[in-house]
Amino acid sequence: MELDALFSCLTSMSCLITQTTSGLIIGMLFFLVAAGLTLIFGVLGIVNFAHGAFYMAGAYFGYTIFQFTGSYAASVLGAGLGAAVLGVLFERFAIRRVYGENVLLQLLVCYGFVLVADDLVQIIWGSEYLSMGMPPAFRLPPFFVAGGVIPPFYVFIIGIAALIAAALWWLIERTQYGRIIRATSVNPTMVSALGIPTPLVYLSVFALGLFLAGLAGGLAAPIRALTPGMGFSVLIISFVITVIGGMGSVAGALVAALLIGLTRSFGSIGFPLFVDGMMYVLMGLVLVIKPTGLMGREEASRP
Amino acid sequence: MSVRNKISRRRFLATSAMASVPLAAPGILKAQAADTIKVGMPTILSGVVSILGESSVAGAKLVFDEFNAQGGLDGREIELITRDSRAKPEEAAKTVRDLVNGEGCNIIIDAEASSGSFAVQEVIRGLGALCLHTVSEATPLSADPKLHVPTAFRSARQGIHDAIGGGAYAAEIAKEKGLKRWVTCSPDYAYGRTTTAEFMEYAQYFNGDIEVIGEAWPKLFQPDFTEVITRILQWKPDALYSALWGGDLVSFIDQANLYALFGQMETFSVNLGDYPVLKAVEQLPEGLRSGNRYNKSVPNTPENNAFYDAYVANSGSLPTNWSWENATGATFIVEALKEVGTDDPNQLAEAIKGRTIQSPFGVDGTLTMRAEDNTLVGYAVGYGVTTPQEPFITDFHTSSWDQILELEAEWKKRQGFA
Repeated sequence: MELDALFSCLTSMSCLITQTTSGLIIGMLFFLVAAGLTLIFGVLGIVNFAHGAFYMAGAYFGYTIFQFTGSYAASVLGAGLGAAVLGVLFERFAIRRVYGENVLLQLLVCYGFVLVADDLVQIIWGSEYLSMGMPPAFRLPPFFVAGGVIPPFYVFIIGIAALIAAALWWLIERTQYGRIIRATSVNPTMVSALGIPTPLVYLSVFALGLFLAGLAGGLAAPIRALTPGMGFSVLIISFVITVIGGMGSVAGALVAALLIGLTRSFGSIGFPLFVDGMMYVLMGLVLVIKPTGLMGREEASRP
Repeated sequence: MSVRNKISRRRFLATSAMASVPLAAPGILKAQAADTIKVGMPTILSGVVSILGESSVAGAKLVFDEFNAQGGLDGREIELITRDSRAKPEEAAKTVRDLVNGEGCNIIIDAEASSGSFAVQEVIRGLGALCLHTVSEATPLSADPKLHVPTAFRSARQGIHDAIGGGAYAAEIAKEKGLKRWVTCSPDYAYGRTTTAEFMEYAQYFNGDIEVIGEAWPKLFQPDFTEVITRILQWKPDALYSALWGGDLVSFIDQANLYALFGQMETFSVNLGDYPVLKAVEQLPEGLRSGNRYNKSVPNTPENNAFYDAYVANSGSLPTNWSWENATGATFIVEALKEVGTDDPNQLAEAIKGRTIQSPFGVDGTLTMRAEDNTLVGYAVGYGVTTPQEPFITDFHTSSWDQILELEAEWKKRQGFA
């Protein structure tokens, strides 16, 4: 424990600025992955252990599109859409068959997909580390604000992630489609009885969740080494975020992701050898105090 | 009996004989396969570090293919049997048992990461096969006499050698540039911790002014290094040492570039000088101090350049540190086979012990398997300075093996290993 260093950081404007922005960027990138994970669980009741594989697929799609077009915007969009299309195929041919089944069977299907995806990536892109490199527009020196360091690329990522969070909120809370999603997550039988094709709802939610995972992979590609299997480490933290925020709650995922980001950022100053441990302690505390997570619902019907 | 019938019978016999060839072929092929010299190779062929396994296999294969093309051992070819351990030590141990007991391999090339190699070493102790550890750099594997197995050898680098050479180099640069406040950032597992401790021990041994003011230990395969990078910035050090490697090192450099970290401190990275890393980093900063892994210009000899060309032509990828280490292990096996004429593990071990081979990777054109602890000496150790274009590492400073061996002997005494 280096509590004196933490105290000194909390009383220093430069350290506060640097660590807060680093906490925000860590949190926001994890939020994008966790948002899709929690959305899929909330509506479909599927714990998608293959979610990290779609993050990986998004990163590789983004990398390839960037190689051909040189456009970061196109690569990010392509990453999200590519992962969504893959997600549609995965839902149609695999996941749809295990809705409502034992979680172990779902886990087996997802794990099988992860192995296939990792091997396919290795066959298509090879096992060497790939790096997209920073898009030229962001090859800028960092901002120095009151002694704190803020990379321009991270300002962009935080802004984009915040926009996506707002768009998700609007989609779920303010649109007809959002009302159908929410209704389906509570009572799919009644939604079906009203003439709404619930299989299509499930498919679209699955695609949306994986679009977010792919988008996160594409956004992060300039700062992450691309390797087969890279989705696994992201998946673990995303699950922690989902549990803390409440399974099924997108708003909860945002709060939890920021909490985890700031814990990791300031934790690296105050308890550098226990940063990961602190994350799990936080999860344990939330589970003890509020077992449904910070913003989770008590219970919901499942398809 | 008609003529037609006679001809038909001949035809029948001929046809039968021809038809029997494919039926008999598996037996013939099996007999040939049984006559090969089987070399088992557990390694990591899937997941985040599958490049380790792929480049290890390619390195060994290059040597074995050449041996087979030259007629093998009196016609007996080497058959390389690879298995994916998925980076799990227990899987590596199980695989070695299967390769020896099930496949009949008397020779094992252990291309596992350190945790797997320690498990393999104990399996080899029980089975008595010949084993070449071709990847693990963890010093105790061959330095600790309690772990010694007479038929097990290391053809990989050894952490303590790089630490002494790197420490001497770092101390010299520190004196020259007044670098006193150091921080470290290395992966949080056995390799990262021992390598870092050994490097800093020798940096301080050669320069008493060096002080370690902070240590960061990111987890292996951690996706985001932001909190580690900002922590390093808060320490405001003069210099940074890192034993990060592979994809983690690529991510670290990409993310640290955003904070202009490398402009604020002198950086020493022992694992940066590997082609896949150097090529992957799109914006490789100039002036980083990099340890030698594999580079075709270190040593800059026609033999080393020829190895690079042959490797690229054969595998379609660039050689790594693991490539030369496995090619070296394979060369020791081939040389020993030629000498003893059998794949008996004990005879091969006797032939490898203390053996010196001609090698493109030796500083003086040779490599020796030191008899006292079955480990490799004489390979290129040292540091250079990064440059964004080929050859990526310039101004290479080769460490003196006299100094390395002298200090290693003292270190072993201190550890109770000698």
